[in-house]
Amino acid sequence: MLLRHTTDKIQERKALVVNPAKTCQPIGAMYAALGIHRCLPHSHGSQGCCSYHRSTLTRHYREPIMAATSSFTEGSSVFGGQANLLESISNIFTVYDPDIIAVHTTCLSETIGDDIAQIIAKAQADGKIPEGKSVIHANTPSYVGSHVTGFANMVKNMVMYFSKSSDLKREQINIIPGWVEPADMREMKRLTTAMGIKTVLFPDTSDVLDAPQTGRHQFYPKGGVTIPQLQTSGDSKATISLGEFTSLPAAKALDAKCKVPFHSLDIPIGLTATDRFIQTLHDVTGAAVPDEITDERGKMVDIITDMQQYFYGKRVALAGDPDQLIPLTEFLVTLGMQPVYIVTGTPGKRFEERMSEILTDAVPDAKCKQAGDMFLLHQWIKQESVDLLIGNTYGKYIARDEDIPFIRFGFPILDRVGHSYLPNVGYAGGIRLLEKLLNAILDRQDSMSLEESFELVM
Amino acid sequence: MPTNRRLTPEEIKQNLLAAYPVKVARKRAKHIVINDPTPETMPEIGANVRTIPGIITQRGCTYAGCKGVVLGPTRDIVNITHGPIGCGFYSWLTRRNQTRPTSDDDDNYMTYCFSTDMSEENIVFGGEKRLKQAIQEAYDIFKPKAIGIFSTCPVGLIGDDVHAVAKEMKEKLGINIFGFSCEGYKGVSQSAGHHIANNQLFKHVIGTDDTPSDGKYRINLLGEYNIGGDSFEIERILSKCGIDLVATFSGNSNYDAFANSHMADLNVIMCHRSINYVAEMMETKYGIPWIKANFIGAKSTAKSLRKIAQYFEDQELIERVEQVIAEEMQEVDRVQGAAKARCMDKTAMLFVGGSRAHHYQDLFAEIGMKTVCAGYEFGHRDDYEGRRVLQSIKVDADSRSIEEIHVTQDPDKHNPRKTPEELESLQAKGVSFKDYQGLMIDMDENTLIIDDISHYEMEKLLDTYKPAVLCGGIKEKYAVQKMGIPCKQLHNYDYSGPYAGFKGAINFYTDIDQMVNTRIWKLITAPWQAHPELIATFAKEA
Ligand code: SF4
Ligand code: SF4
Repeated sequence: MLLRHTTDKIQERKALVVNPAKTCQPIGAMYAALGIHRCLPHSHGSQGCCSYHRSTLTRHYREPIMAATSSFTEGSSVFGGQANLLESISNIFTVYDPDIIAVHTTCLSETIGDDIAQIIAKAQADGKIPEGKSVIHANTPSYVGSHVTGFANMVKNMVMYFSKSSDLKREQINIIPGWVEPADMREMKRLTTAMGIKTVLFPDTSDVLDAPQTGRHQFYPKGGVTIPQLQTSGDSKATISLGEFTSLPAAKALDAKCKVPFHSLDIPIGLTATDRFIQTLHDVTGAAVPDEITDERGKMVDIITDMQQYFYGKRVALAGDPDQLIPLTEFLVTLGMQPVYIVTGTPGKRFEERMSEILTDAVPDAKCKQAGDMFLLHQWIKQESVDLLIGNTYGKYIARDEDIPFIRFGFPILDRVGHSYLPNVGYAGGIRLLEKLLNAILDRQDSMSLEESFELVM
Repeated sequence: MPTNRRLTPEEIKQNLLAAYPVKVARKRAKHIVINDPTPETMPEIGANVRTIPGIITQRGCTYAGCKGVVLGPTRDIVNITHGPIGCGFYSWLTRRNQTRPTSDDDDNYMTYCFSTDMSEENIVFGGEKRLKQAIQEAYDIFKPKAIGIFSTCPVGLIGDDVHAVAKEMKEKLGINIFGFSCEGYKGVSQSAGHHIANNQLFKHVIGTDDTPSDGKYRINLLGEYNIGGDSFEIERILSKCGIDLVATFSGNSNYDAFANSHMADLNVIMCHRSINYVAEMMETKYGIPWIKANFIGAKSTAKSLRKIAQYFEDQELIERVEQVIAEEMQEVDRVQGAAKARCMDKTAMLFVGGSRAHHYQDLFAEIGMKTVCAGYEFGHRDDYEGRRVLQSIKVDADSRSIEEIHVTQDPDKHNPRKTPEELESLQAKGVSFKDYQGLMIDMDENTLIIDDISHYEMEKLLDTYKPAVLCGGIKEKYAVQKMGIPCKQLHNYDYSGPYAGFKGAINFYTDIDQMVNTRIWKLITAPWQAHPELIATFAKEA
């Protein structure tokens, strides 16, 4: 057994986290910053954090993840990291020539209390920031929240640093996509383009973290939201904010700063969440929904009606991040499945509230935990097993031990490809999810059925 | 006018430095040297000093070196990361250390991640209470024989005394509990963490179990971490030769073996950088000599086995070793020949770790590939220039913060395995003790040696040398490959391996052959991009 010390006996834990279902803020900030065109993320702290974040993002995307670090040593920990950050800023602009440096803090620089805004102001005053270039920052102390919080903080500060309102309102809307994959951001843009809606989508990691092999390393790939685009977000007609944990803080900030009204929705994963997304796009802009999209929806519904019997009543365990788990769980309920155990490492009561809205009637005995961990999830599974496990790659240890079909979903995925190239959102993403679910369920049936009842047609 | 003239190493070096601000260029210049392998005239290289902020470095932190590298591969210690969640999460199973529990009941916590997941409140009011509680919970749930506590950056800053907590809980629970002050900022790279790990293992674990071990030729293997099963292959070879492995630090290891490791008669060091401290301390305290060995490369493996056999001065063992080598080399030679035919004269660059950038050159040489430049991520001067320079290394402020433990002869347990005369006679026969000659002596004259290479320098070098393969780590992997050059990861072997020993050599030849010769590198350009003029003509005519 891989996780041989996990038993069904649950003892209360107040201090020990075992097999986390979250990681720390800076990695989220780094990921968000990569969604700005020609941006170099910078980690202000010791170099280990930066190395870890780059490594994890690299394993997930199999793409170059470029980021710099202030490389604190003991001295900087005692005297503060200002000198290190100033030196970093001038070295980065000289050697790597980004348009923008996005600084995030680490536990170390937060504990020291470095005032990043003040250091950036000093860099500006000292002439260390070349004309036309920017340095922004987000505070990302990992002893608060999770990687999700760090992502939200960096996205919010894109607004704080760049969004401007002028007298000229633009015929465009903002989409804050939440922590989703490049393919998902691309899919959101495809949908809005099909509806003829002009958008500013930020951050946008498509064409950054799914860059083609060309024989040349493009240090700053062609994708990413540009600074001029970000600036105009203050003049957009509305903001569609996807995911309360990852996007809402930015949407609220934009409303407060530039009076851009926002609509807070779930990430469009699954049928009904996508319906709400498309409906809201239509309501906000008046744009008609083209047949192309309605047909896609029809195809997705068609698969569900055709294959309904295979979903019905299947018990599912899930681990991941709140903004994905909420619509995903809703989708499983739509399919007639039984999401019985759901864990996120990210703290936030709102998660459990939303889950209970979704599950109270459909799966009254479901167990759901915020600030939980994978060890707890595994213990629940030990108590009564499930038909399917959905989670990031770490779930495969549970899946193997318990012999449960497993679908990789979320972050990080370290052992398969596809997640960065093919969407999970929208109706197209829904069809992909359906295919994955069915493959897992039907492959299982194929491998477990008796020879006499082995089915050709299913 | 650009000419096709090959740039001299000095010109290449100057090109690398040209883009830097003056102060940075001055610092980096010390880390880039043009090799002269003759010890008397070998240049001095700048190493084990702070990385320049903002430069984009390969390096990680002290915690990574301590918890990840040295203690990570031991299966039956519950390793609790004391800090916010990230550090523990990232070091969870990511290093590919394999382990083989001896039975279903044998403890194995390597698949687990334990963390105190500190919150803001702990940062403000201190985390000692939480740590104690976490240790108690770990004990209650898992009942391990030992618990290790690893401090991350904020811990040192807020002043939690992990050693006091460890001591208190050790007394309370009656199992061995020890702490590591391996906060990320404690040194300039992972290397500081290795040292801290060595110290604490030596203080708290090694030598705590005096059970005599069986076997005639008892050795410890130091600095071998069982990435991709390397230790398994070395274990296989050693056991075939009849050599008994008491403990490996720390591939496929367990707590009890560490505790008993002072009963071995020879310490054999693989990765000098990460573990030489333990070897030195064990020699002083227990009288166990150490030799440097290398099981990377078939020839080096054979050489290392012969060295061990010679040390024991036993004809039977010497013959057995020769027999094993002869047997194993048959398959090695066959695969080597085939790979060599396809890889001959291709070039490699190696920028990785603190020993692999050296060791892996042997494997490349065996298939006819030449290393044109190399360097360590966290090596010290002695890893480049050899231990002969140890005395002349200046200890700077960053290294001074790492504890140097003062070790003396153990009045009861010290037992010199060889007399000074025996050592001398062995030395005369070519078994050199306490010696590592470093990487530079083995590299050609005029090759470039670069310490703590920056990303910028690496890309520039790739453009200049256009090697057939670059060896690096995960952070370099895809940037290099985007340039159309295959990148072999030498921290994790690209999820392949083992690469150590004879079978490992065979795997490596095959993997490199496959990597540099795979068709896809020739298909990067689309046909219409390769011949744009043809398409243009066609379009015009149409
Ligand atoms: S916080 Fe410190 S210990 Fe943790 S990864 Fe960063 S540098 Fe290393
Ligand atoms: S938890 Fe804090 S110290 Fe650890 S990796 Fe994350 S930012 Fe660095």
